[in-house]
Amino acid sequence: MSNAKQVDPAKAAELFIIHDQIHEPMHDRFLWGTMQRRDAEAAAIPEWEELREIASKIKEHTLTHLDHYLEEFEANATKRGAHVHWALDAAEHNEIVHSILKDHGVKEMIKSKSMLQEECHMTPFLENRGIKVIESDLGERIQQLDGQPPSHIVFPAIHKTRKDVAQLFARTVGTDPNNDDPHLLTEVIRNNARPRFLATGAGMTGGNFAIAETGTFMVCTNEGNADIGASVPPLHIASIGIEKLIPRVEDMGVFLRLLARSAEGSPLTQYSSHFSGPRKGGELHIVLVDNGRSRRLGMADFWHSLKCIRCGACMNTCPVYRRSGGLSYGATYSGPIGVILDPTFDEFKYSELPFHSTLCGSCSDVCPVKIDISDQILKWRRVMAERGYLPLVKRMSFAVAGHVLGHPEEYHAMEKVAAPAMDYAPHFLLYNRSLNPWGRSRELPQIAKQTFRDWYLANRSEHADDEQ
Amino acid sequence: MQTTNSSRETILGAIRNSLPKDKVEHPRIPHFQRSGERLKTEFERHLQEAGGVAHDVATVAEAEARLMTLHPGAKVICSAVPEIAGTRRAEDRDPHEFADVDVGIVRALFGVAESGAVWLTQEDLVVDALAFLSQHLIVLLDPEQIVSDMHEAYRRVRLDETAFGCFMMGPSATADVEATLVHGAQGARSLNLFFLPPAQMPVVPASTKTSRPEPGA
Ligand code: SF4
Repeated sequence: MSNAKQVDPAKAAELFIIHDQIHEPMHDRFLWGTMQRRDAEAAAIPEWEELREIASKIKEHTLTHLDHYLEEFEANATKRGAHVHWALDAAEHNEIVHSILKDHGVKEMIKSKSMLQEECHMTPFLENRGIKVIESDLGERIQQLDGQPPSHIVFPAIHKTRKDVAQLFARTVGTDPNNDDPHLLTEVIRNNARPRFLATGAGMTGGNFAIAETGTFMVCTNEGNADIGASVPPLHIASIGIEKLIPRVEDMGVFLRLLARSAEGSPLTQYSSHFSGPRKGGELHIVLVDNGRSRRLGMADFWHSLKCIRCGACMNTCPVYRRSGGLSYGATYSGPIGVILDPTFDEFKYSELPFHSTLCGSCSDVCPVKIDISDQILKWRRVMAERGYLPLVKRMSFAVAGHVLGHPEEYHAMEKVAAPAMDYAPHFLLYNRSLNPWGRSRELPQIAKQTFRDWYLANRSEHADDEQ
Repeated sequence: MQTTNSSRETILGAIRNSLPKDKVEHPRIPHFQRSGERLKTEFERHLQEAGGVAHDVATVAEAEARLMTLHPGAKVICSAVPEIAGTRRAEDRDPHEFADVDVGIVRALFGVAESGAVWLTQEDLVVDALAFLSQHLIVLLDPEQIVSDMHEAYRRVRLDETAFGCFMMGPSATADVEATLVHGAQGARSLNLFFLPPAQMPVVPASTKTSRPEPGA
């Protein structure tokens, strides 16, 4: 158990909501728009559900043979001229990256977005050792200039308005605070980044997929920033989580058809780049990172979370995420995927997150690799209940949790009986002022004749707490 | 990095101890039914949605004329294709030397109808950076070389034969400021695609290369 402070997402969400009448509705609208584009793309592909099933199976196959595929990947990547390193945890990842940069005398490094590098808190580590780290993805750069972590795994600065960005750039880059045209703001960063790309001794990327058969890894971006970082400086370092492996080149067809459609509602990202070995005249280092993943693989209830391809669809569809803002989760991974990943890093610190959900199940419905996200959230609630992390939970008026959460089979039974009312449950939970802060600034909408909660109270009142 | 080797063993050991007991088979990936749409039409439609523009050009001369109309102010036009000379040939040089390129010209091996993406490898680009440092890109594509979807596309790529390959779907883009779509975030600001089969270059034995006949001579 850590001595880190417990994260209180409900309180943080409340701040996001009451902050003004602009940010939260905008956030909600943008992400919902993205979700609608995803739905349209998915609907246009007749074999969509079959693709999800195949993707899920390929991931499960890989994860149940992970040692084999990692060795195959390492052998092939090495054969192609890459240096492959293995990092047990975040600290070792950062040490490895630092020592490579030091060996090459790199003082300023430019990187593209990588959630794994966020997870390892790599930037502060390197900066404390005198290496300047520049984010090249526009959203990441915005967050870096503001001293904030990304709030979304695909759209890091989606919680900010164009006015916020204009003011931030005025403060940090010296532009006109009143010009908030997104074209101009994008141009500012393009012109700011380009000389750095040309001057730096190293570019860093993450890796969306690693193909065992050929020792190739893939990076998907819309800006092409990873590609500049990989093709211009003499040194390219890539951090890849060990769960990113897939067996064969042929498998990529399935994943690339799903990834960008799920993430942003487009057929692909603008650039889907495949690196098999260093560029001509360059040097390539690949760091394979565990950082808790092998342990997660051994968790019978939770290993399926390793299938995640980080598309963010579960966040875009999640009614709680859309209204809370990603920063309220207080963790590297937010939204439904964060709710099931974060406690594997620190059970105490993130004990509240499993309750930051309506269990509406929409995340599981959209997940391109069919992770049983909402079931895992429920299982995490049980873990938290069993570990006695309930005080804050009660404050959130999930006081009935104690019993039901300890008996998920009852929850599922309830779910079935209450099916007709379940459609309304998330809205009810979200909008009822007395219940929780997500809905406090909202009007009470019409509620179904019998809500999930009414049903629950009527049938389980013997367990209901006084606070009800 | 002295710990690397022991970490490798530790990680692989931990994985072997944690491997789920029930093994899952690799699923079969079926051949999916194609849409009835003409491949070229579908490709063009998706390319346009991705911010690229397709042009039908009948001859190399027409392609060159179109290039000049599209980029009248371009000073450095760097070509990696034999058909169009440009002002500079893409050569195997340090990538930093491509920083002043206004327009890069490359040929894609094939396109993908379901996305409007083209497949570009290190060999097509001569130097990878040409595709990313050029302010604008012109991509040549033989209209006969369009596959229907990503499954078919991956049957054509040879990742074991190239160090770099990229599916490029239009110009650089971002939507990071208030979800507003902006082109030219970091990479190319525009992508124009010319449908043009490769020129039938006369086959000349290596020893006589210096005396290559002029086209039409
Ligand atoms: S859990 Fe599924 S939906 Fe969520 S980010 Fe991962 S792959 Fe996407």
